[in-house]
Amino acid sequence: MTDGWVAGLLQSRRSQRHLSRLCPGFIALLVLPLTSCSGTHSALDPAGPEAANVAQLFFVMLAGGVVIWVGLVAALIYSARKKREHSEESAGRVILWGGAVIPTIILCALLSYGMWLMPAIRPWVPDDQQVRRIEVTGEQFWWRVRYLDEAGETMFETANEVRIPVGEPAHFSLKAADVIHSFWVPSLGGKMDMIPGRTNPLTLTADREGTYRGVCAEFCGESHALMAFTVRAVAPDEHEAWLAERRVSGSQDAEGLAIFLNNGCGACHAISGTPANGRIGPDLTAFGERTTLAAATLRHTAEDIARFVAYPGVIKPGVKMPHFGMLPEDDIKTIAAFLKELK
Amino acid sequence: MKSVIPREVESLWTLFTAPTIWAVHFIGCYATVAIYCAKAASLDFGFDTVRLLLAGFTVFALAVIVLSAWLAWRQWGFGVHDPPHDEPTRKGRTLFQGYATLLLSGLSFVAVVYAAIPLILIAECQR
Repeated sequence: MTDGWVAGLLQSRRSQRHLSRLCPGFIALLVLPLTSCSGTHSALDPAGPEAANVAQLFFVMLAGGVVIWVGLVAALIYSARKKREHSEESAGRVILWGGAVIPTIILCALLSYGMWLMPAIRPWVPDDQQVRRIEVTGEQFWWRVRYLDEAGETMFETANEVRIPVGEPAHFSLKAADVIHSFWVPSLGGKMDMIPGRTNPLTLTADREGTYRGVCAEFCGESHALMAFTVRAVAPDEHEAWLAERRVSGSQDAEGLAIFLNNGCGACHAISGTPANGRIGPDLTAFGERTTLAAATLRHTAEDIARFVAYPGVIKPGVKMPHFGMLPEDDIKTIAAFLKELK
Repeated sequence: MKSVIPREVESLWTLFTAPTIWAVHFIGCYATVAIYCAKAASLDFGFDTVRLLLAGFTVFALAVIVLSAWLAWRQWGFGVHDPPHDEPTRKGRTLFQGYATLLLSGLSFVAVVYAAIPLILIAECQR
């Protein structure tokens, strides 16, 4: 019955005219998604060797898929229009070759190619090799980022933003504090799960400067879709200077800090050089340097910071931070202005 | 003609032989490499020895599957009869079983080859 319908569709002149009129519009629609192939969040716009290999694997599989699809459609058209009878024996041969032998060879080739590509997609850094080491812990619904020194000790902590030097491999030790998360920066490489109780290694290299977006790629709760982060790839000198600057704890003094401390914010958040030393929420040291807010959910503006401080649960359902909407509006604005400028 | 392996062995058990060999090979490869890599520091032989050992195991597994396929082919009558073998007779059942065993042997052969491909490409334990 399906054969008859397909044959009818392909043979009817009216349908063919109809199809040819639809085609340009249809192709235009298909081309539309291509505009999203570039950008800070695309595996098809690689910014490092690991991601370039992932993209290459994708394009090889896409080309293979297109060849198989064209072959199948050709076989479908042939079977719908054929005039000649075929023997059962030749049909059996088609099934044997097309259904068993060729797929076995293709899968074997793909498996071998994927295995061969693996060292390039997942470069391995032995424990004793000197590389930049960064520990990232996934928490509902943000990222705790610790920069480690040569001995593996924490130099300083930050959150929701990772800085790496261009052209040097950065080695990530990925952990999870509560549930399973997954660390994925599409422009820089493949994803890696973060599993409570385990430390999973991942090495990424950026070969051009820029800001890239990373996401949590494993459903982790209500605000899973609002758990993102930014990776800033900067020149090695600039990175070195930033590390040196951040290693020294400065001192802070502002009207906003007093309100911040008086309302208990320091019980959960830490700001280097102040009495705020909470470990439950994201470290806010140098918060003013960040480009996004609430794990890359909001813009980094004083208005959005005030909105988040007042009603975090409205913006990110399931977030552990309580609402501070009961504070006087001026206090919230002062805290937001203080955080916006915090260096 | 008298055969070295009597036809009586061709039973429902031969149907399971090839998939069982695949399962044992699969678990054997994974467990061996996992245990070796966990204890590599205290063992005095290299990963290449493990690869050779598992390559030998793979050849053995493939040989047993080929033997099972040959028995199935014989049970099927060496391809003289065509499927689907759906007559409700003893002969129909025997031919069907032989055919099914032959197909399963082919599938198991391919699966063992796939499981062995990493042996060619993985050169060391990484820690």
